[in-house]
Amino acid sequence: MKRLRGWWLLAGVLIALPLLFPNNYYVTVVGAAAALHAILAVGLNLLMGYAGQISLGHAAFFGLGAYSSAILTTRYGWNPWPALGVGLVLTGLVAYGIARPVLRLKGHYLAMATLGFGIIIHILLVQTGDLTGGPDGIGEIPPLSLFGWTVDTDERWYAVLAAVLLLVVLLALNLMDSRPGRALRALHGAEIAAGLMGIDTAAAKTAVFVLAALSAGLAGSLFAHQQAFVSPDSFNFFVSIELVTMVVLGGIASTWGAILGAVILTLLPELLVVFEDYEVLIFGAILMLIMIFLPQGLAGGLRELWARRPTHDGALPPGPPASLAPPGPPAPGSGSPPRDKAAGTAPRDRAIGSVPRDQATGTAPRDLASSSPSVSQDAA
Amino acid sequence: MLLEVRGLTKSFGGVTAIADLDFDVPAGLVYAVIGPNGAGKTTLFNLLSGLYRPDEGRVRFAGEDLTGRAPHQIARLGLARTFQNLQIFFNMSALENVMVGAHGRGRAGLAAALLRTPGLRREEAAIRRWALEALAFCGLEALADRPASALPYGALKRLEIARALAAQPRLLLLDEPAAGLNDTETLALQGLIGRIRDQGITVLLVEHHMGLVMAVAERILVLDYGSRLAEGTPPEVRANPAVIAAYLGGEVHYAVE
Repeated sequence: MKRLRGWWLLAGVLIALPLLFPNNYYVTVVGAAAALHAILAVGLNLLMGYAGQISLGHAAFFGLGAYSSAILTTRYGWNPWPALGVGLVLTGLVAYGIARPVLRLKGHYLAMATLGFGIIIHILLVQTGDLTGGPDGIGEIPPLSLFGWTVDTDERWYAVLAAVLLLVVLLALNLMDSRPGRALRALHGAEIAAGLMGIDTAAAKTAVFVLAALSAGLAGSLFAHQQAFVSPDSFNFFVSIELVTMVVLGGIASTWGAILGAVILTLLPELLVVFEDYEVLIFGAILMLIMIFLPQGLAGGLRELWARRPTHDGALPPGPPASLAPPGPPAPGSGSPPRDKAAGTAPRDRAIGSVPRDQATGTAPRDLASSSPSVSQDAA
Repeated sequence: MLLEVRGLTKSFGGVTAIADLDFDVPAGLVYAVIGPNGAGKTTLFNLLSGLYRPDEGRVRFAGEDLTGRAPHQIARLGLARTFQNLQIFFNMSALENVMVGAHGRGRAGLAAALLRTPGLRREEAAIRRWALEALAFCGLEALADRPASALPYGALKRLEIARALAAQPRLLLLDEPAAGLNDTETLALQGLIGRIRDQGITVLLVEHHMGLVMAVAERILVLDYGSRLAEGTPPEVRANPAVIAAYLGGEVHYAVE
């Protein structure tokens, strides 16, 4: 069980937290929001961290899942479960449809294309008012229920989201430790060489794009039922940027990093509320400091610090010097959208959707996808 | 013939890199392609492995027409290569790099991977075993668990060969494997190429190091400006007046040998 040691540890923490701190706001409410964000970040990390394909429109898939559930359950009176299934199918189909044309692009161009996709979906959500309720969104979404067990309290939502997170993490760990997972990492490392190893890079990118979209769609459906309300601003560009920030901040190409990033980006604004007007400023400064001093992200940086700890004889354990480490994501990480302070008082409105558009700023990490040198360089 | 090249032509913006080239590579040989810088050797490799599409001409490999096929399809037919400028997966360990090389020998899909089915576990064990064999064949077994980014240059060159061998290719394209190696490493490489050939793998070698070429190649194709200047056994090529003229004073390695 060595392979899944981290997973068991995560399961232990997720189970222990509510037992150790019963009825604690930071566990049930913030914890549930962090778990939701972690589901999104772990999924996006498959695409961005492992396969090296940036997406600045990931919130669109989150929104597609959420709105599918919201519309089918409120407007058509569906049971939440088939609605969730239809939402997943729809999200998967849309992702499949745009994956091929969009993933031919690399680097900045891919960033622009996914950004455009995210904006289009957001505009559709705002403009198709008859279906989506327009800017006002959709309310009174019924809660989920499981064999008569209705998920209608913060504690129960924590349990559901933690369980789904564990499932998603298990699938992600399985994938990355397998032939298809290695193919994804290979096309990140050197796309041309990956093709020459027999990897159909276009198909692999499409598959991981759909997979990342499906996890976002699932998170979206759960989010809709958890909040009982959805509006387009929960799925706008700044949410996409915040997801990217979680992946980069935690440490790209690490499932644990993505979880760590999600937890920090959920928790930090909560803790900084005491600074009132300076909250956003301090939040931004913390992100900048992390990226300057731990450019590998938190997970990578902490691992390096651990590797360099003084041993008994005072010698440093062997390990590659930082300069030899694979080119990590540069990620200025300057931008995570700050949180709406007003929302801090509403206990259930803790998900990233509560980010006000006008306060948020963000820049994309640089060109994550073009690390492989072009073949044309060595043309004779 | 394992590889048949007919009328192969490729130009880049008016510059003809490969011009109406014909040659055959019989199975089981070490076949070298030499020529001055800019003669079109790497372009030839990129055409063979599907990175470029030829303007004209055909390539047949093991009876299959390669024209218009994608690199991954060509790789699956049993053609593997290394790169002059290293194309290592620096985000992986040495072993994982070589396991990627064995990609085409596996079948496991996404669903099996996500659920980690028993079939997938068996296949993973086999891929790991093949990769370890290929690493050991290239003398890298001690470095298997190192991150590729922590390996020295000479080991990375051998890692590329191990990765290509893990695919169990019928034809192995080596693009300047001796570039940047010292004399000891080059001698070891010479032995390695011989052992690869002894495994029944045909080797197509682009190399500037004439000592290596003359020692391992059974046939040599000399390219100049993208066309065939000469072709034959090493003694034939060495005695060819056109080759001597083209190389006179031009190639440091040749002068040294």
